[in-house]
Amino acid sequence: MAPIPATLYRGREGMWSWVAHRITGVAVFFFLFVHVLDTALVRVSPEDYNAVIESYKTPIVNFLEVGLTGAVLYHALNGIRLILVDFWSKGPKYHRVMLWVISVIWIVIMIPGFYFMTKHTFEQMFGGN
Amino acid sequence: MSDNQTPAPALLNPRSARSGKNNYELYSWLFMRISGIILVFLVLGHLFIMNILDGGVQRINFGFVAGRWASPFWQVWDLLQLWLAMLHGGNGLRTIINDYAENDRTRSFLKYLLLVTVVFIVLLGTLVIFTFDPNIS
Repeated sequence: MAPIPATLYRGREGMWSWVAHRITGVAVFFFLFVHVLDTALVRVSPEDYNAVIESYKTPIVNFLEVGLTGAVLYHALNGIRLILVDFWSKGPKYHRVMLWVISVIWIVIMIPGFYFMTKHTFEQMFGGN
Repeated sequence: MSDNQTPAPALLNPRSARSGKNNYELYSWLFMRISGIILVFLVLGHLFIMNILDGGVQRINFGFVAGRWASPFWQVWDLLQLWLAMLHGGNGLRTIINDYAENDRTRSFLKYLLLVTVVFIVLLGTLVIFTFDPNIS
């Protein structure tokens, strides 16, 4: 008789998508915390708000923002997948297929997303116009 | 499953009636799904408008915020987004604390800290949206 695998879950797609869901969720939560604080500067003065927003326009923060967008997008797509697993009768059967589907959707959105989000930064860095 | 592990009673008979007093965790689970669907539209819309549309982040400054919050539509959008995202994220972090903080006192402390943080950020953000003054100087 073939050995029974220790677990059907550990180390497979189900586990890694769950790990990524947690990590992206925590990352987005901490960004949100900071983002509410920086936006609250509009109640202090236009100058203070503008000064902090200028940092969002720098190349480093711009690339971090792409990372944040990627994290939010994964969390959103995988969240939809989770809802389908919970509520769609065939969800559990197709959970692995759905992970590959959302991965493709993620790439298809992130490629133009990266281009349009960083367009200005690249022009600035390499003197486009 | 390895031999030295005894599953929790609820795992042996997962469809049995709950013994607890309330359905808090059920509502929490449902809230994550309902708020999640709404947040997909609010947050991805927000990211698209702020980072890609019409010059992206480079065009954002105090005047831009003043123009947006002159409209009740964007005020409601941002208010709903703030509340749902903080409660969704706070509830998610609560789950993570429950999972990993095994010491009772550590777990209580972390959840208390989380509660204070969520209440503070939600109130601060709400106050900023409702008391925003475009003529501040």
